[in-house]
Amino acid sequence: MIRSQHMLSKHLTYKTVVYVLLIIIVIATGLPLIYMVSTSLKPDGTEYDFPIRWIPERFAWENYEKAFSAVPVLTFFKNTIIIVVVTLIGELLSSSLVAYGFARIRFPGRTFLFGLMLSTMMMPFFVTMIPLFILFRAFRWVDTLYPLTIPAFFGGPPFFIFLLRQFFLTLPKDLDDAARIDGASYFRIWWSVLLPLAKPALSTVAVLSMVAHWNDFTGPLILLNSEENFTLALGIRLFQHWHRTYFNQMMAYATMMTIPVLAVFFLFQKHFVKGISMTGLAGR
Amino acid sequence: MGKQLLKTFPKIGFRKKALSMKQKEAIAGYLIIMPWIVGFLVFSFGPVIASFVLMFTKWELITAPQWIQFDNFTRLIKDPLVPKSLYNTFIYTIFSVPLNLLAALCTAMLLNVKSKASNLFRTLIYLPSQMPAAATAILWFFIFSPTYGLANSVLGWFGIEEQKWLWDIHLVKPALIIMSIWNLGVPMIIFLAALQGVPDQLYEAAILDGAGKWKKLFFITLPLISPTILFNLVIGLIGSFQVFTQVFIMTGGGPGNASLMYVMHIYNNAFANFRMGYASLLAWVLFILVMLLTYLQFKMSKAWVYYEGGN
Repeated sequence: MIRSQHMLSKHLTYKTVVYVLLIIIVIATGLPLIYMVSTSLKPDGTEYDFPIRWIPERFAWENYEKAFSAVPVLTFFKNTIIIVVVTLIGELLSSSLVAYGFARIRFPGRTFLFGLMLSTMMMPFFVTMIPLFILFRAFRWVDTLYPLTIPAFFGGPPFFIFLLRQFFLTLPKDLDDAARIDGASYFRIWWSVLLPLAKPALSTVAVLSMVAHWNDFTGPLILLNSEENFTLALGIRLFQHWHRTYFNQMMAYATMMTIPVLAVFFLFQKHFVKGISMTGLAGR
Repeated sequence: MGKQLLKTFPKIGFRKKALSMKQKEAIAGYLIIMPWIVGFLVFSFGPVIASFVLMFTKWELITAPQWIQFDNFTRLIKDPLVPKSLYNTFIYTIFSVPLNLLAALCTAMLLNVKSKASNLFRTLIYLPSQMPAAATAILWFFIFSPTYGLANSVLGWFGIEEQKWLWDIHLVKPALIIMSIWNLGVPMIIFLAALQGVPDQLYEAAILDGAGKWKKLFFITLPLISPTILFNLVIGLIGSFQVFTQVFIMTGGGPGNASLMYVMHIYNNAFANFRMGYASLLAWVLFILVMLLTYLQFKMSKAWVYYEGGN
């Protein structure tokens, strides 16, 4: 009896220590975000008040309006949405089709090609980017949204193909065979039999794809020049030369950019966690 | 169906037809993965070959490319910013990757308790890592402001005087490293998934054998998740060697090139000065370095990574 009580209290203190440590970590990771939102609402000239005033004396919502009028936010938003939606469609269609091929259809060299595909994940971005820039320039695609969208229709990121292939492998092969006997083509099996069943995996790919393209900075930086083609992430460049003057507006802009990502994250949390966990499997 | 018939009646001419079925399937297979094959040739393989050829040329995009053989190599050896940026990248990597992974692993272990609260903590800790990198960069630019930013405020809690952070040659790299440790969400989730895959029976057996917390950690947990540690190390290293967005937005490589990272040097050459040939050579050096380091990690991993089911 005494012994078990002792064990219980030991267990409780252990749990308390774990929670205290976790709370410290949450504060450490969360503080910058709170700082961002708090600064975005501070009236001009009070951003540097010291010690930090976490709750502004007055909520200066006008910072958001000012950030909107300082840079063409709506144009950036439109461009970003075009890129996000078109790449989403392209990556969902092409990566699931290719994954279906790698998972279900037998052809010589399949294992080799699959390995080759995975190995391209290791390639540094700039090794391919320099020749691609020259290629896109020859197409007269630089400073258009084409180079940021069209490539999505050619397989998409290798990780997506990997993830969807793993998912297709878990579906019974009888499904395909039954459809074959009914005279369905391979293409038909992919579209009408497997895709409807792959919704969970497709959702994972969808959220990862949307967030990646919403957040992308380097691609647009290299490929877009004129302001009317900028994305939201790239638009941050326009604030750069203001530097220290209007930090509240810069933080308002950063907050605006972050909110949709966090909303998507909260709505599809499970898919996110599953997708990220799957990356660990890719290494095995 | 077809296979069954083939087995039962091997000699009634099904064989030829079966072969052509196989060929048909193969053709269908190639057609179905065709988007990737085209994409691979145009967006990966072609460019890699092109950039290999480009490194023997001088090409500033306005005029035609000139074949200059090994001149870019001589330039590389004489370029003082190459060793400088490599040194900065190495220092950044050596500190940021292990510290980031250690923080991620410790957090994942704390979270590896089955409770509703731990789900909430996981979400809260993971959340900041989904922020757009560009937004993160301006946020941390403000945090490290040389007067009254959050970083100096935290120092103030411990009675340390204000620092110039991104404007200080000695503090700019530590500042970027601190920022990278903060970004622990993704490796944390991967570690957590691995920790949850360690079977409970092993722990139960260890407790029966009288093993304490530390013994369980070093003899069960760490060996079993070692493949995941290796994976995160490799991914972390590849990513850290290509650190760009933060540096580009926050410091532009300064002050005095103290935060000029190697990829930033490539970017400056390729897209600020349009030296396509020289930049291709720089990119290839990075490629080879990354491959070498990854190879070394896998080689060394044989000593410490445990794979279930033998070798």
